[in-house]
Amino acid sequence: MSVIELENVSRAFTVTSRVGFRRTKREVRAVDGLSFTVEPGEVMGYIGPNGAGKSTTIKMLTGILVPTGGSIRVAGVDPSRHRLKLAKRIGVVFGQRTTLWWDLPLKDSFAVLQKMYDVPRARHRENLATFVELLDLGDLLDVPVRQLSLGQRMRGDIAAALLHDPEIVYLDEPTIGLDIISKARLREFLAQVNQERQTTIILTTHDLDDIEALCSRVMVIDHGHQVYDGTLAGLRASQSAPRTLIVDLATSLPPIEIPGTTVTKTEGPRQHLTFPPTTSAAPLVAQIAASYPLVDLSISDPSIESIIARLYAGPVRD
Amino acid sequence: MDDSALRRALAWPGQYWLLVMMWMRSGLAYPLSFALTVLTGVLITGTDFAAVFLMFSHIKSFGGFSLGEMAILYGTASMTLGLANLLTGSIDQVGQRIRTGELDVWLVRPVPAFLQAVANDFALRRVGRPLQAGLILVVALSRTELDWTVAKGMVLGLSLITGTMIFAAIFVLGAAFQFIAIDSAELSNSFTYGGQQLTQYPLSIFGKDVVRAVTFIVPLAFVNYYPVLYVLGKPAPLGLPSWIGLLAPLVAIAMIALASLAWRGGLRRYRSTGS
Repeated sequence: MSVIELENVSRAFTVTSRVGFRRTKREVRAVDGLSFTVEPGEVMGYIGPNGAGKSTTIKMLTGILVPTGGSIRVAGVDPSRHRLKLAKRIGVVFGQRTTLWWDLPLKDSFAVLQKMYDVPRARHRENLATFVELLDLGDLLDVPVRQLSLGQRMRGDIAAALLHDPEIVYLDEPTIGLDIISKARLREFLAQVNQERQTTIILTTHDLDDIEALCSRVMVIDHGHQVYDGTLAGLRASQSAPRTLIVDLATSLPPIEIPGTTVTKTEGPRQHLTFPPTTSAAPLVAQIAASYPLVDLSISDPSIESIIARLYAGPVRD
Repeated sequence: MDDSALRRALAWPGQYWLLVMMWMRSGLAYPLSFALTVLTGVLITGTDFAAVFLMFSHIKSFGGFSLGEMAILYGTASMTLGLANLLTGSIDQVGQRIRTGELDVWLVRPVPAFLQAVANDFALRRVGRPLQAGLILVVALSRTELDWTVAKGMVLGLSLITGTMIFAAIFVLGAAFQFIAIDSAELSNSFTYGGQQLTQYPLSIFGKDVVRAVTFIVPLAFVNYYPVLYVLGKPAPLGLPSWIGLLAPLVAIAMIALASLAWRGGLRRYRSTGS
């Protein structure tokens, strides 16, 4: 059975704008006719440009916002009607703001959460021990939260969101502002939690490396509409973005001229050639090697950023 | 109310206490700052009554009240406001929480947002005012000639509870209004802190219109004035019956009911408009 089900969900906001003395009301649909399901244990990346409706969707899934149309079921209940009941079964991490007690040691926040969520003591101790080890929190437990670095605090926040064994975890920009090592560690931890506990994870992010590292499924929304739902590889394939061949020649030469390709950049002896995804690279390489002093080469697939940028710029517009 | 709703409601005091303890310890993280704010709090509330005291070095009675009787009014007004402020905490900051989106953090926890709002930033330093008011009240009662009866004692004692309820309800109403107008914190402050300033004086000195307003519109007169009039055996203004002070508990319950509806309405509005 699906753990999250959305059927034709919409959320409209009334926006009042003022021009001179005139006030005009306008209805904006932040989410418009969204339908999808998520299975237990799935890790789904939920991406879209700013204002696409990501936060609105998450707020509806957690029960904070009431949808204006359609129906939602999370863990078998309607989130907006059973918000408090559902709260014990979900975990939420707001990347930008902490839910920890600022002036108290980290362990105090964990202790109060155990009581707030009625977690059996033994289970709490067990979870805490696991998270302290995996997230390397041992030295931080006695430190007031205000003295933690951003990365340390995020680790604390993620542990806090998982202590009550939630079935579903929503992570809003969990790696924002973190350095590369912290990001890698966090991703590894989330992958492990997902695997060992079958926790369903919904991740909104602008960092596509998060998606690459964690998500078996990607959903892209724009203007409140779903524009893609599938695997990351499928997302790549769906957009016929050109591939790039990077060629290092022995000397600086004028742009390579081969039909069907274009040189997009030259950096001294290095040239970047783009070619359509339908063309095979091998004959191209042979052609270049035959007529140019080839030293080295590499092929780069289109970055996920550029694919998504093309998707946003796509034809589905209102 | 079905069974599970009852069980949830029974958990509220424990949840409130849990959060209050957290915030109290949080406040003590800065002991010097805590000590200084308690001290300045006591000094400031101390000067409050000093003004009344000075006034009585020139006059014998004010609005038909002697110094001792004025002290009873002051003590009850200040104590009820102080207790209400202690109990509702920083709920008057809810507008700011809405603006920064921090309200969402409360809404994903398994504890009612209201409990988190009133426990939030619970400040032990706020006990300064009720303590100081209590001291003045005790001194005033011991120095004032009164025909004590059981009924009078009960009315006065109960008025401290119901007065606290009325002020607390006004704090919550003000907070609920911030769901509509985010920057309206000052509006409710004028009813609470302003109300305390008003209710420490015999209300009849402000004229009939004010008395009508604080009886029928914002029932501040029921916080302490009418109960104290009953205790002191003084007639009520506006030709109202002398037992009007006995209605304070009813007024308090009505105000709490109103505040509860308003808070729920505000939260519903937030969740349905997202702003």
